[in-house]
Amino acid sequence: MATVAGWLPFARAAAIGWMPVANCPMPVAPMDNSKRKDELIILNVSGRRFQTWRTTLDRYPDTLLGSSEKDFFYNEEIKEYFFDRDPDAFRSILNFYRTGKLHYPRHECITAYDEELIFFGIIPEIIGDCCYEEYKDRKRENMERLQDDQEENKDMKLPHMNFRETMWRAFENPHTSTMALVFYYVTGFFIAISVITNVVETVPCGSTGNQKDMPCGERYTVAFFCMDTACVMIFTVEYLLRLFAAPSRYRFMRSVMSIIDVVAILPYYIGLVMTNNEDVSGAFVTLRVFRVFRIFKFSRHSQGLRILGYTLKSCASELGFLLFSLTMAIIIFATVMFYAEKGSSSSKFTSIPASFWYTIVTMTTLGYGDMVPKTIAGKIFGSICSLSGVLVIALPVPVIVSNFSRIYHQNQRADKRRAQKVKKARLARIRISKCGTTNNFLHNKRNGLLNELLELTTSTNCLLFQDTEEDEQKLTKSTSLLESQHHHLLNCLEKTTAHVFVDEQMYAQNCLETTLQTYPSRSPSISSHDSSAGTCCGRRGKRNTPQPSSHPTPTPLQELSAIHIQCGDRPSHTASRSNLNRKADESGWLNSRGSRITTAIISLPSPPALTPDADSLRRPPQRRPPLALDHPATPSIQTTTSSAGTNIIKVSAL
Amino acid sequence: MKAKNRDQSLSDSRELDGSYDQLTDSVEDDFELSTVCHRPESMDKLQEQTKFTKKELQVLYRGFKNECPCGVVNEENFKIIYSQFFPQGDSSMYAHFLFEAFDTNKNGSVSFEDFVFGLSIILRGTVNDRLNWAFNLYDLNKDGCITKEEMLDIMKSIYDMMGKYTYPNMQDDIPREHVESFFQKMDRNKDGVVTIEEFIESCKKDENIMQSMQLFDNVI
Repeated sequence: MATVAGWLPFARAAAIGWMPVANCPMPVAPMDNSKRKDELIILNVSGRRFQTWRTTLDRYPDTLLGSSEKDFFYNEEIKEYFFDRDPDAFRSILNFYRTGKLHYPRHECITAYDEELIFFGIIPEIIGDCCYEEYKDRKRENMERLQDDQEENKDMKLPHMNFRETMWRAFENPHTSTMALVFYYVTGFFIAISVITNVVETVPCGSTGNQKDMPCGERYTVAFFCMDTACVMIFTVEYLLRLFAAPSRYRFMRSVMSIIDVVAILPYYIGLVMTNNEDVSGAFVTLRVFRVFRIFKFSRHSQGLRILGYTLKSCASELGFLLFSLTMAIIIFATVMFYAEKGSSSSKFTSIPASFWYTIVTMTTLGYGDMVPKTIAGKIFGSICSLSGVLVIALPVPVIVSNFSRIYHQNQRADKRRAQKVKKARLARIRISKCGTTNNFLHNKRNGLLNELLELTTSTNCLLFQDTEEDEQKLTKSTSLLESQHHHLLNCLEKTTAHVFVDEQMYAQNCLETTLQTYPSRSPSISSHDSSAGTCCGRRGKRNTPQPSSHPTPTPLQELSAIHIQCGDRPSHTASRSNLNRKADESGWLNSRGSRITTAIISLPSPPALTPDADSLRRPPQRRPPLALDHPATPSIQTTTSSAGTNIIKVSAL
Repeated sequence: MKAKNRDQSLSDSRELDGSYDQLTDSVEDDFELSTVCHRPESMDKLQEQTKFTKKELQVLYRGFKNECPCGVVNEENFKIIYSQFFPQGDSSMYAHFLFEAFDTNKNGSVSFEDFVFGLSIILRGTVNDRLNWAFNLYDLNKDGCITKEEMLDIMKSIYDMMGKYTYPNMQDDIPREHVESFFQKMDRNKDGVVTIEEFIESCKKDENIMQSMQLFDNVI
């Protein structure tokens, strides 16, 4: 709202359209009695002087410059506000007041900028869309860098960890101790041995005379078996140790590396169990293939391998696209070649699936030559096939390559997740700023009306409350003129339409209550009004507020046929300076922690067309008020406690 | 400096920039605004024509120009600006009616002069002037009388500004009831329309309305 502060007079003038329509008088406008409306303020920031209108700064009363906090920095001698801060960063802060948009200057260090924002009381969430991405990126980078530094520091010092945690750390970071390093190299060595063994097993060793060449595996069965056993034992021990040391065993067992470990050693054990059974020996041989998975265990030892694996995973969509387009092309060309070559005799293209092989070999430019087209049509289509193959394969590859390089250079989370968070955060920001205005208005209404209430009661019972002046001062906070005028405007609208603004919680509650409507009791009397006034004004426990025996004059009460007091926590307001101030005020005000009060005048005397008279006499089910109300004698106050912890006290004044 | 002929300036910049999008056959709104520039008359002339002092004109212009740097505001921007004052409801319809009322020469944009003339009537005019202006606002087709349909549109737009979260809950027939009561009050000869004379006469008889009119005396 503050960006259009200059248009507030227009908005107020536009309210002329409501006046003839309204059926009741409008509230009194806030008096603009400050003469210092168009004053130029000089802000001296480390010697550089900035000048601006006072009204410009008043647009954001939540911040240092917009509130009375800047008076702390006022220097009487030079008649300026002096701030001992960075003038370069101050530029963008002052521009925020002028234009309503906060920009993040890219050359600024992120932490310095953050500090300036915190000092001047501006929340970073209102950085404009143009700069917000950059700001968030830099902030995250910074945090990660700090985190990395912290982690390194953490490695250097050794807090007291139990044996299990030490082991786990040793497994994850081999550089922490020599034992870990030894373990790391030993396992690596054995992985290599195991893989080499598997390979050499199949090499034909020299023939022993009469028999043909047999692979070494069959010749030196025992030796290879011993080697295999040793490797598998080492791997098993390693796996069990890791399983023992893992902080979350279930999560460890689900991780990719542990699955690879299991798959690597399982064939051996299955083989142990299944020997001497001729039927399944075929399957047993197949299982041996899985031994090659041991080579994947190397990925624990190599960062690059892990990144490659992660790249492939993250490029899944591109790879999928590549596969899909290749499949399409293969099917098309295989079909064409089959039908083209159908005529020729002794053609190798016996069926379309048989042509697949030709197409693949041709498209990847391998060209084995075991299948060649013989007809002219076949040769033409064959050449088209090989030309297009080059293109189809060349297209997605750079994407994968660039992905790899991107991931390799900055290991970061998936982009999709980040984009979603940004969108959600942006919507949240917009909602916060909108909520702020509305809640400000509702709060001020409460303030203003309770002020009136106070005046009404004090004017009739001036003996009861000694320090009235202090009360009034406390209640009328220093809301800026702008705000009070805006709130007056919204008040006029309420009067015109004979409805009042409420926030979402109240609205939901009201909806709920209309469904459980019960009839009112006829008891409320003037005393209830007093007690409510007493409650409202009984903010300090030590105050003497006896129940007045004399009833105040009924005429002012006719103005208020029902008062709605809602108390309770509203956690949706955060991060706003005035909100923080508000909370502090109220805790002193009602002597209860975290309670808030909203008052709303519901019905008005004159028009019969207006609805709320019936509603105001509703009596919700009575429950014990959790507030620390000072008055024991409040029988006519009916309270409702909703599940959200809000408290509604409905008091009928007549 | 007179305002450039809007169409002429538009076509000039279209050719220069080449930013006219052949594909979608449209020119973006911002683009349109940036070519239409407007400088208001001098302050002396405005001071003669309106009842504002120099200082007031300065403040008004600063606020105006801050939000519309190009010097004119079109209906879209107008709605956006007005909606910032009513975060809970939908003020677009009422803003549309306001725009129609301010845009006296019906050229689709409100310049600073239009703005200030309108404000001068509302804030510095006599009661008759203000009532006249309000009547002009309500009379949507400017035929000299307010029908029930026109009033219903206006009423709905006002109630829309309240939004959903109100107490008591907003019923659908409330605007219509309100229109009925309005006509009961204003329509003297019960012919179903409210003419300007009836309107002014009825308003002058109504104490509340007269009191509210005085609110505008010290808005600025």
